[in-house]
Amino acid sequence: MSDVIRKFTKVIPAWRARLAPGDTSAMTPVQARALSIAAPLGQADDLLRLLAHDPETLSAHTPLFHGIMYGAAGLDRAARELAAIGASMENGCVFCAATHADRHIRLVNDTRVVDEVFRFGADADLGPRDRAVFDFARHLSDAPPRADREDVENLRGVGLNDTDILDLVLSTALFAWTNRFTHMLGDPVRAP
Amino acid sequence: MGYCPPLHAEVGPVRAVPPGWSRVLEVSGAGTAPGLAPTLATRARVLALSQLAEDAVLRPADPGGWCHETRAALAARVARLNHEDALANHHLARAGAYSALGNPAHVGQGARIRAALAFLDVLSQDPRDMDGNDVSRLHHVGISDADIVRLADLGAFLSFQVRLVAGLRLLAEAQP
Repeated sequence: MSDVIRKFTKVIPAWRARLAPGDTSAMTPVQARALSIAAPLGQADDLLRLLAHDPETLSAHTPLFHGIMYGAAGLDRAARELAAIGASMENGCVFCAATHADRHIRLVNDTRVVDEVFRFGADADLGPRDRAVFDFARHLSDAPPRADREDVENLRGVGLNDTDILDLVLSTALFAWTNRFTHMLGDPVRAP
Repeated sequence: MGYCPPLHAEVGPVRAVPPGWSRVLEVSGAGTAPGLAPTLATRARVLALSQLAEDAVLRPADPGGWCHETRAALAARVARLNHEDALANHHLARAGAYSALGNPAHVGQGARIRAALAFLDVLSQDPRDMDGNDVSRLHHVGISDADIVRLADLGAFLSFQVRLVAGLRLLAEAQP
């Protein structure tokens, strides 16, 4: 379909489901609870209503997502978002890449890193710390993963300790999961 | 919009989290790596949540069209495709009569399982190449919307677990 966005962009697209989202008025208590955890303010969108077809998994994903991306201390939030961007690019999820680019930009108050990685991908011109984080995220996202000792040494070289690296592993791995259902179940399209 | 919890979201209510144990620590060797214990302790909650996720994805109370043994076999298949043999063996131990599906060389018997295996293989290995046709092929063999979501969730979760194990192993091996 011609309105599907295929290039990485900072503008957060709309998301169009490929399957019929569940009817929120006809949900089981387990589904309703999963949605109330994922969207506590009742703002369930099409993707959430689709994921409610598998409510036990949705109920497990939500607190894990929060714990990994917003957990206190450890790796700074911007680096976690950069890992999410690297994973989303590797996995081809334009929607997730845009969403987390937006968050990264807000956290660092600068579009330069996002502009570089969207334009040049693996060849982006980045500072040493962003370079090490972005490369690790891309390499761990590959299937099979190809992150290695050298990637870890590069992270240590720019000052990351074990806890920071574990946070980077977690945020990258989280998007192996999140990217796949987002990219598989729908398309990014121009926002109306 | 898609499913991305908002900035500064509150952590929602969760089921009781078990003690800081998770299968990935065992399978990766990180659980016994000297020097790594303090780091793992600081992330005990998310590691426990990752184990709860495995329980929810592989052994849900309502398994729909994919029984627990089939799920275990499919999990082993994704782990094997990613060369994570210890993780694959962990899942395969619960696959019972469906163990053959855990072998990536096995293409399955019958249109439904053949389509499911083909879908899972692409989702695991080449997610960026997927498009609406991958979903259509599952519809075509009569797989319901709910079972498509369940299957996608299974492949997506395993892709997470594989990388968690790989990353933990790298950390364990990098201990001085």
